[in-house]
Amino acid sequence: MPELYRHRITMETVRKWIQALLALLVNGSWSFPYTRTIYQGPLKVICSPGLNCYSCPAATTYCPIGSIQQLMAGIRIALENGQNYFGFYVIGTMGVLGGAFGRLICGWACPFGLIQELLHKIPSKKFGVPRGLRYIKYGFLLFFVFLLPLTVVDSFGYGQQWFCKYVCPAGTLEAGLPMLLIQPDLRQTLGLVFVNKLIIMVFFIIWSVMASRPFCRTTCPLGAFYALFKKFKLVKLRLVEENCTRCKACHDVCPMGVKFDESPEDAECISCLACMSKACQFDAIELEVAGLPLGRKCDRKVPAGTG
Amino acid sequence: MAEKTRKKKHKIRKAPFVIILVFLIIGTIGVATGETGRVLEQAVQVCLSCIGIG
Repeated sequence: MPELYRHRITMETVRKWIQALLALLVNGSWSFPYTRTIYQGPLKVICSPGLNCYSCPAATTYCPIGSIQQLMAGIRIALENGQNYFGFYVIGTMGVLGGAFGRLICGWACPFGLIQELLHKIPSKKFGVPRGLRYIKYGFLLFFVFLLPLTVVDSFGYGQQWFCKYVCPAGTLEAGLPMLLIQPDLRQTLGLVFVNKLIIMVFFIIWSVMASRPFCRTTCPLGAFYALFKKFKLVKLRLVEENCTRCKACHDVCPMGVKFDESPEDAECISCLACMSKACQFDAIELEVAGLPLGRKCDRKVPAGTG
Repeated sequence: MAEKTRKKKHKIRKAPFVIILVFLIIGTIGVATGETGRVLEQAVQVCLSCIGIG
């Protein structure tokens, strides 16, 4: 029996497989080397739960952050043409996902989250992320995703996708660079905007090697949106106060820098279950669905001889 | 008494269902106004300016 425990699958392995599977599902079109363009089928009406650029050649779903900016940018022209496109479909979809899972999506279903986690496995000196930087992403959500595309418009009344155009490193990595590879003619059109985006992408790649999930923690507007559901999401982790000894073991394993015993409803919690499965020795953290406990299973090894 | 306390502890939270329902209604309004077509139209085109090219 102890032998079996030594080789059993950990929660972290399960999560990695689910992350990889979902990343492949939302990037499931691999005909682009022949077609030299992006997937253009009907699946693109489905929302990608995580941040995944829809201009990525392999993308099979739409990115909610990209879509909402496009809708905000074109709202005047749509209204002039008698089309009431206020972003309800996209916001509704994001809200249903947020209400059900919140930032659990960041931990289990975001391709760019997975990329950052893999980068962080590269051996190097590791650093934390200053706590105050977490608030920047709410600014990006409010200004770069909603207000600026809505209010800063050209002479035709059309705005820009501020976050996609000037910031998003996921777009540069998953869409910008692959498009330049499959359509070499585009290289002639490169300018300062692309250089700026390339610098931001390299910055986040290096930062991800040295710190855990820096983009999710400081910049991601989708993470900021899902974080708004921290108190009311359907699936979440709960602290069992009577079992908690305040040993602080959960502090050391959290990839988002959450001190779970001090703030169990922290907006940064991505419900990766590391604290529950890897750290807590006292069954003080449980997964619950709408208030009903789902489990407190641990990956802790059972001491030899007890099996 | 202990049984009563346990039952209280595992009370079903209704707020998530209300929130999901509200956003479901918002999404349905979007579908009804034909926004899905607009989203699809945008998503099947390469938005070069969106990815910093062009």
